[in-house]
Amino acid sequence: MGKPTGFIDFARVPLPKRAVPERVRDWQEFLLDWDPQEARHQAGRCMNCAVPMCHSYTGCPLGNIIPDWNDFVYEDQWDKALISLHSTNNFPEFTGRICPAPCEAACIVGRPRHYTDHVEADDPVTIEYIEKSIADRGWQEGWIKPEPPLVRTGKSVAVVGSGPAGMAAAQQLNRTGHWVTVYERSEYIGGLLRLGIPDFKLEKEVVQRRVDQMEAEGVKFEANTDVGKDFDANDLLDQYDAVCLTGGSTQARDLPVPGRELDGVHFAMEYLTQQNRVNSGYEVDSGIRINAKGKRVVILGGGDTGADCLGTAHRQGAEEVYQFEIMPEPPADRAGNNPWPQWPLVLRSSSAHEEGGVRDYNIVTTNLTGSNGTVKKLHGSSVSWNNGQPEPVPGTEFEMDADLVLLAMGFLHPEHGGMLEQLDLDLDQRGNVLVDDEMRTSVARVFSAGDMSRGQSLVVWAIAEGRDVARCIDQYLMGVTSLRPVLRRPVRPQQAGHVWK
Amino acid sequence: MNDTKLNRNFPRLRKQGLYDPWFEHDACGVGLVANIKGLKSHDMIAKGLEVLINLGHRGAAGADPDTGDGAGLLIQIPHEFFARETAKLGIDLPAPGNYAVATVFLPQDIEERKKCEDVIESTVRKEGYSFLGWRDVPTCPEAIGELAQGVMPAIRQFFVSPDSNNCDPVPFELRLYVIRRQIENVVSSLTLSEDEDFYICSLSSNTIVYKGLILAHQLEGFYCDLADQDMVSAFAMVHSRFSTNTLGSWRLAHPYRYVIHNGEINTLRGNMNWMAAREASLDSPILGPEIKKLLPVITSPTQSDTATFDNVLELLLASGRSLPHAMMMMIPEAWTDGIPMDEEKKAFYEYHSGLMEPWDGPALIIGTDGTKISAILDRNGLRPCRFLVTSDDVLVMASETGVLDIPDKDVKYKSRIQPGRMFLLDLNEQRLIPDEEIKAQLANQQPYKQWLNENKVILEDLPEPTDVHGPDFTTLSQRQAAFGYTLEDVNMVLTPMGENGSEPIGSMGNDAPLAVLSDQTPLLFWYFKQLFAQVSNPPLDAIREELVTSVETFIGSEGNLFDQTPLQSAQLKLKTPILTNAELEKIRSLNSGNLKAKTLSSVFRPTDGRGSLKNAIESLRKEAGDAVQQGHTILILSDRAADAEHAPIPSLLAVSSVHHHLIRQGTRTKVGLVVESGEPRDVGQFALLFGYGAGAINPYLAFETLAQVKLESTPTSSSLHDDTQKNYIKAVVKGVVKVMSKMGISTLQGYRGAQIFEAVGLNQEFVDEYFTWTPSRVGGIGIGEIEQESCRRHAAAYSERDIVGELDLAPGGLYYWRHNGEYHMWNPDTIASLQYAARANDTSSFEAFTSQANDYNRRLCTIRGLLEFKYSDKAIPIDEVEPAKEIVKRFATGAASLGSISREAHETMAVAMNRIGARSNTGEGGEDFRRYKPDPNGESRNSAMKQVASGRFGVTATYLANATDLQIKMAQGSKPGEGGQLPGHKVDEYIGWVRHSTPGVELISPPPHHDIYSIEDLAQLIHDLKNSNPEARVHVKLVAEAGVGTIAAGVSKGHGDVVLISGDSGGTGASPESSIKYAGLPWELGLAETQQVLVMNNLRSRIVVQTDGQIKTGRDVAIACLLGAEEFGMATAPLVVMGCIMLRKCHLNTCSVGIATQDPILRQKFTGQPEHVINYFFFIAEQLREIMARMGFRTINEMVGRVDRLDTTQAIDHWKARGLDFSALLHRPDVPESIATHFVPDHKQDHGIQHAIDNTIIERCADALQKGQPVKFTLNIGNQNRTLGTMLSNQVAKRYGEDGLPEDTIELDLRGSAGQSFAAFLSPGISFRLQGDANDYFCKGLSGGKVAIVPPDAATFTPEENTIVGNVGLYGATAGKVFIRGIAGERFCVRNSGAEAVVEGVGDHGCEYMTGGRVIVLGPTGRNFAAGMSGGEAYVLDEKGDFSSLCNTEMVALESVKSQEDRDSLHRLLSEHLSNTGSANAERVLSNWDAMLPKFVKIMPHDYKRALAENAKLPLSTDVSLDDFSR
Repeated sequence: MGKPTGFIDFARVPLPKRAVPERVRDWQEFLLDWDPQEARHQAGRCMNCAVPMCHSYTGCPLGNIIPDWNDFVYEDQWDKALISLHSTNNFPEFTGRICPAPCEAACIVGRPRHYTDHVEADDPVTIEYIEKSIADRGWQEGWIKPEPPLVRTGKSVAVVGSGPAGMAAAQQLNRTGHWVTVYERSEYIGGLLRLGIPDFKLEKEVVQRRVDQMEAEGVKFEANTDVGKDFDANDLLDQYDAVCLTGGSTQARDLPVPGRELDGVHFAMEYLTQQNRVNSGYEVDSGIRINAKGKRVVILGGGDTGADCLGTAHRQGAEEVYQFEIMPEPPADRAGNNPWPQWPLVLRSSSAHEEGGVRDYNIVTTNLTGSNGTVKKLHGSSVSWNNGQPEPVPGTEFEMDADLVLLAMGFLHPEHGGMLEQLDLDLDQRGNVLVDDEMRTSVARVFSAGDMSRGQSLVVWAIAEGRDVARCIDQYLMGVTSLRPVLRRPVRPQQAGHVWK
Repeated sequence: MNDTKLNRNFPRLRKQGLYDPWFEHDACGVGLVANIKGLKSHDMIAKGLEVLINLGHRGAAGADPDTGDGAGLLIQIPHEFFARETAKLGIDLPAPGNYAVATVFLPQDIEERKKCEDVIESTVRKEGYSFLGWRDVPTCPEAIGELAQGVMPAIRQFFVSPDSNNCDPVPFELRLYVIRRQIENVVSSLTLSEDEDFYICSLSSNTIVYKGLILAHQLEGFYCDLADQDMVSAFAMVHSRFSTNTLGSWRLAHPYRYVIHNGEINTLRGNMNWMAAREASLDSPILGPEIKKLLPVITSPTQSDTATFDNVLELLLASGRSLPHAMMMMIPEAWTDGIPMDEEKKAFYEYHSGLMEPWDGPALIIGTDGTKISAILDRNGLRPCRFLVTSDDVLVMASETGVLDIPDKDVKYKSRIQPGRMFLLDLNEQRLIPDEEIKAQLANQQPYKQWLNENKVILEDLPEPTDVHGPDFTTLSQRQAAFGYTLEDVNMVLTPMGENGSEPIGSMGNDAPLAVLSDQTPLLFWYFKQLFAQVSNPPLDAIREELVTSVETFIGSEGNLFDQTPLQSAQLKLKTPILTNAELEKIRSLNSGNLKAKTLSSVFRPTDGRGSLKNAIESLRKEAGDAVQQGHTILILSDRAADAEHAPIPSLLAVSSVHHHLIRQGTRTKVGLVVESGEPRDVGQFALLFGYGAGAINPYLAFETLAQVKLESTPTSSSLHDDTQKNYIKAVVKGVVKVMSKMGISTLQGYRGAQIFEAVGLNQEFVDEYFTWTPSRVGGIGIGEIEQESCRRHAAAYSERDIVGELDLAPGGLYYWRHNGEYHMWNPDTIASLQYAARANDTSSFEAFTSQANDYNRRLCTIRGLLEFKYSDKAIPIDEVEPAKEIVKRFATGAASLGSISREAHETMAVAMNRIGARSNTGEGGEDFRRYKPDPNGESRNSAMKQVASGRFGVTATYLANATDLQIKMAQGSKPGEGGQLPGHKVDEYIGWVRHSTPGVELISPPPHHDIYSIEDLAQLIHDLKNSNPEARVHVKLVAEAGVGTIAAGVSKGHGDVVLISGDSGGTGASPESSIKYAGLPWELGLAETQQVLVMNNLRSRIVVQTDGQIKTGRDVAIACLLGAEEFGMATAPLVVMGCIMLRKCHLNTCSVGIATQDPILRQKFTGQPEHVINYFFFIAEQLREIMARMGFRTINEMVGRVDRLDTTQAIDHWKARGLDFSALLHRPDVPESIATHFVPDHKQDHGIQHAIDNTIIERCADALQKGQPVKFTLNIGNQNRTLGTMLSNQVAKRYGEDGLPEDTIELDLRGSAGQSFAAFLSPGISFRLQGDANDYFCKGLSGGKVAIVPPDAATFTPEENTIVGNVGLYGATAGKVFIRGIAGERFCVRNSGAEAVVEGVGDHGCEYMTGGRVIVLGPTGRNFAAGMSGGEAYVLDEKGDFSSLCNTEMVALESVKSQEDRDSLHRLLSEHLSNTGSANAERVLSNWDAMLPKFVKIMPHDYKRALAENAKLPLSTDVSLDDFSR
């Protein structure tokens, strides 16, 4: 441990951000860097706990060895910190930017202290920003370079879907010596990272340099190839020794209300991906351009995607932006039945919320109205929750102007047609691809990971799944694997997911 | 005991369940009465018997109060008596010296007896001697106990003489030895139904032994011979035994044929192995081939340590060595560098150290060959031996003074034997020969020094090798992986050792799985657990008493024990046993004369498939055997050849398998074994390699790893690894010495091959083959699985596909929980759910916690996890089960001291436990006396259980008086055999005040209790504590290890009320990692063994059994109960409940939850509340009740020890656990129904304090106690009046608290020899003036009383030159004054923290660990004065000017007495000394004050001085500002 009393001696200092008026005028990342001394102090706050909750099941799903690299940073051994970090996380520069950091929620420094009459807590270690600093430093210093495998096994694997799960799986599989081809239906590699997440959170060069590294390591990327559409998914089984499906959970939850069909009502992903394409120099036909400039925008859904829409809308020059959530407003602090180190169900604000907009909760949209086929108004009311069901509260009905309505209400499951249908895979109750403990699907030689089998989740989970599926595939192909397990917990008792009353 | 069935089937010492007779210990009172002029008389025998009776309290009785553990005497052969007696039998006895007489135990069974007698007669004749006839020894069985009668052998004597035409070239005594061994060997092949019953007590032409399973006072009545006036001898050696069992054995009584022994040989297993290994090389010019008749030298592998010692001593005598010579060989004094010693004597020891390893352990041994009587004390002086000589030339020597009533005027002088010194009475020369003279004479009998100079080879002197292995960083990580390195090994073990030169410190306990249940391919090392000293022998303090330790070793060929030749010194001398690469090359190139090295490769090819490891070992063994035949004297077992094709043989397996192979071949002593291995890295591993025979170790991979760490952290540094390597070696050596010292072993040579380990999880076949004699009691894996684990490591290291981006090494997670690392019972899941459950009183969360905890147990961690309940068909309704509020009273929290944890945490636990009627424990840090009284709100913060540990911090009469339970901590699970340490940064003003010490100064608890060096000492401390608080239960806390049950039996016999069996996994505030990980056993084993042994011995019903060690759930408690416990301790779990999140930072004072810290800011972060703790205990009680209901138990008592209700038939779902066999664990001793298997209040211990003289004193002091009026009277006392004044002090403490009575309110004038623990815990207001002398432990824990000890008025000797008080005076004294006109023994004022004392001279280790008070020594001191002294001050009158060489100045400075303040206090104390004792010395000094003052040296601890200078408040100042603590 760098400094035994670091958590007392130093205060938590997050990464500095660009000023709001400045950053909303461009698409560049809003985070700035620490000066190096500050990074060391922040890392020195880590207590190197003997039971580090930060990478327990409520903490980092990747099992990032957080105390180890914090110590290296404190000791100014950034190169060793990078090695340690990379040993569990293929893409720390992604998670260092866009992860909600369950590790910090579980950090023992931030553990709430329950006195008889009140609760106090100190600020957790800035784990995520330290992670980002290590990764960025690695790229700056040129420490991160292609690492092709030493030996080729002669086995080949197809990975379908190039999001974080697919990329992690591909890099791991390639590094163990298999030939890997990644299929991606869009024109860009990176999935949601590339097209879903706005540039102000994750600049696309950050994704691209990883893709470049992987290509240099020997991974083959086939963009613009929609498996199941461009060719039958079963063809993959003829060409490859194993197939790994990481197509994500892309079936968005819709809003079944009158007026849904109006122009100006879009899924968030349509909106976000388009802007990302525009930022990459893609010429969008004005007829299909979704632009918030000068408009009154309503975002339905209070999650991260909604927040991404919010930041995007402001950057496009929206006049007013509202973000509605049907669920109640989460508490500012943990509820009694949501004890540390569980993930705290509290109100979170992203950088986009600092930039303006109005958030409201317990709101249901009852219908949309417009003129000329274009949405003009949103009608809704407040709801109250009863036995887990929202009920409109009489007398709270309202209507408001809305020129652009964005649906950011989450995703249901993968798209069932095409590839999944051709492969005739079993699905689970939620409509995700069913896999067993070894991440095998119901069809031999076909594996699945990430949101496609797990359901919508965080990037960090996707990477973890990708690493695990690589291990399972390697084990399957070679009968033995040296890849270390990620999500296979030390005896995960049935009760691990126990919900406290 | 009226059970007739028991009489018929009298229990004997037999291996069963977890019990093995090998574990037996004994301790004793020894005595000797002799006429220095050699005049024989019956009076000597009568006096010997009197001494024996007066030592009676040092012996013990078992379940039958009339059956002793054994007593006996050894005398010269009374010729007149035997001539007369044999004449009656028609035997014509030749002249004295021309015949021998034997005392023999024979089977009672007529037929078997006849067989034995035939063997005796025919053997004598076969050897060419006349068998003269038999004599029945007249006995009076009614004089002894029923149990002893039940196993009494037939006792006969026989007579042997040379034929008239005898021309045997072999001397008569030697021939008798040959005859006896022949008889013993033949009889042992007869397979008698009770082979115990045949035993030759003595067969000699000089001496004869009478002994038996008898109490001291019964001896004379039993053996009618002894009363006969014709029974004459010039001396009588007597012995009274206290053994840890009650199972009868007549043969185990002392004396043996040559010796009586008080002590224990800690290195015994090694000594036995080495002796066996020597047998093939034995060659005697006199005996010639007949020497084979003496083999095996050690008669029985299961006999006692003393019997074994006696066997080897006999052999050495047979080799022509004199008695003192042989004893000096076996028990050498400390002689290594730094100890001032005559060159010749040093050479003597050095030469002989190459011939035989020391027989190490606390020992007073008195031996005789009939004309010489020699006594020797171990190098550490851990046994008392006092003696006096009278004006009519009678010598009286014994474990105590006062054993014989001698008029004061007849005493010529009184003295004691000092550590490592020898004593010799030569009846031919008719004088006592002083130590220096004997040793000088022996040292000069051969030119040892010259022999050594000419032959021994010193490593440093060898030429520098040209070719030395350097680090190879390109293959390093692969090799690390092949040897099972983890990141933790690099970062948490090696790096700190390389940086700091000391072992890493950790905290909290071990909660990782047993190796046999781990999936992490643990190294073979991890299947072994260190054994350690507890109770029957003390651990050493290798730091403060470094002078007795040594790591110098010889390796090479030791030659024939019967020879004394120059060539035997042609061995290689190593200053340290850890070799650098260059040093190893020096050894490798040895190839001449007696030193020839050969390297044997210890690797195997995994690709050879199943059995490849076993085959590789077989060929390694064969190569080793061949190399020895070829004359090689050093074998280097090397795994350097490990690579992609070759996996290393586990180094421990390599060394031990070769070691045992060569022992079996009888060639082991012809070679030294050197290990060149990449495997060992931490201290525990090195200790194992030495313990199984390695002479030196080159850990090359550890060196390379350190070099790489160094290179990475300071890439520019020019010196690659010199410092870190040096530091690392230092850390390893220091650590190994510490491991040795935990067993009380002081030299590496003695430790080598001593096998002080128990295996857990290895099967018997494997252990028998490769680790012979190592206890392994639950079976487990064998060579196949070991091979598999080796192959798995190798495969992972040399995987053909090296994965880019993966860390080269596994994270480990053995010390700290890591994702993907080793499992831990305390992990994110369990901690989080338990904390929430207790805080919110949420049953479902507690159920979540317990199912997690039990599940971890079951699948991965513990023995209890593999046990299942046998539920009953007849479950009972839960409301019929004992209510929870009763059950919780059986719970106790752990002994976490105030100091190791914060006030807030300590008091929260106390309040919680008091509310529910359970017990919290002070730990060893004392307690704020204001907590003894309830708070205004009715809450009590008083800890019910007060601990008495080796540091004795704050242990005052009041502390003891305010407890319901007093706990003697013999060992702690996380670091058994070690003392504690409280880092200076945790000693704030308040902690310092409570502990009577200096704030900011580290506090050291000594490894041993300095008043417990043996089992009878423990009985004494139990007695002391019972006196200090007659209402309290006295606990003895032990840690599980092989043999703990036997110790527990000793505790029960020593009148402990409760015995606590702690598991190895308990917590700690600070402990070396290797202790946390490698020492001690799970409580399941220790508890089951304890229950079995207590029941077997019918000692169970008198004692309560408690257990602790990572007990967390109701299931854990239920299993503990079924295995034999009726009370239960939880320590870590309540801490977790109060907020502990297992940071394992206790030793750093940075506990972020305010528990293990004294930092005021962090303490504010404490949020624990008594309710949380109470919730937790009730959760457990309710869970337990559910289990009880399902099993059909209504009460805990019904459930205790019901191992038949536990099951292991459930399939064990783990590839390695399949070989586990719990039948020994679940063994139920076959005893009659009438023998209780749980505590029965009606049977509770009889402490005998109702007979104490204090009762009379208290009566006579009624006015003082009730009204505070002065009382004064005179009283005669004797050495049987032990612990005098302590019950009286308790009366004062109860009534008047810390302040006690005004000075001199009670004044007693005492006459005689005071028994042990005189004036212990004496309260303020009590003054004792003793005319006479005192035994060990006088004034222990002095709490403000005043004591003066002076020689009797009638004494003719010079008081200032005579020893009048024993060892370890004023141990843990906190206040008061002591004046002694005479010399004190060793360790005077050890751990004194506040008393003032004046004495005329002291032995070794004076003022050790002192933290306060003032001591004046007006005369000589022994060595190592002021070791570990961190507070207080001492003044020594150094008239000889040699004091500075005797003082350990590590922590103190020597100053002259300058300040007026110092002068005044010195003058004042000396004046008081003069007025209290009449000391001539004091008078001389005071009357020449100005001239004498400069001769005083002031001993001032550095830290104490600093603290005083900083104006810190002095300890004991009563005005420490103490903010009232309120919640």
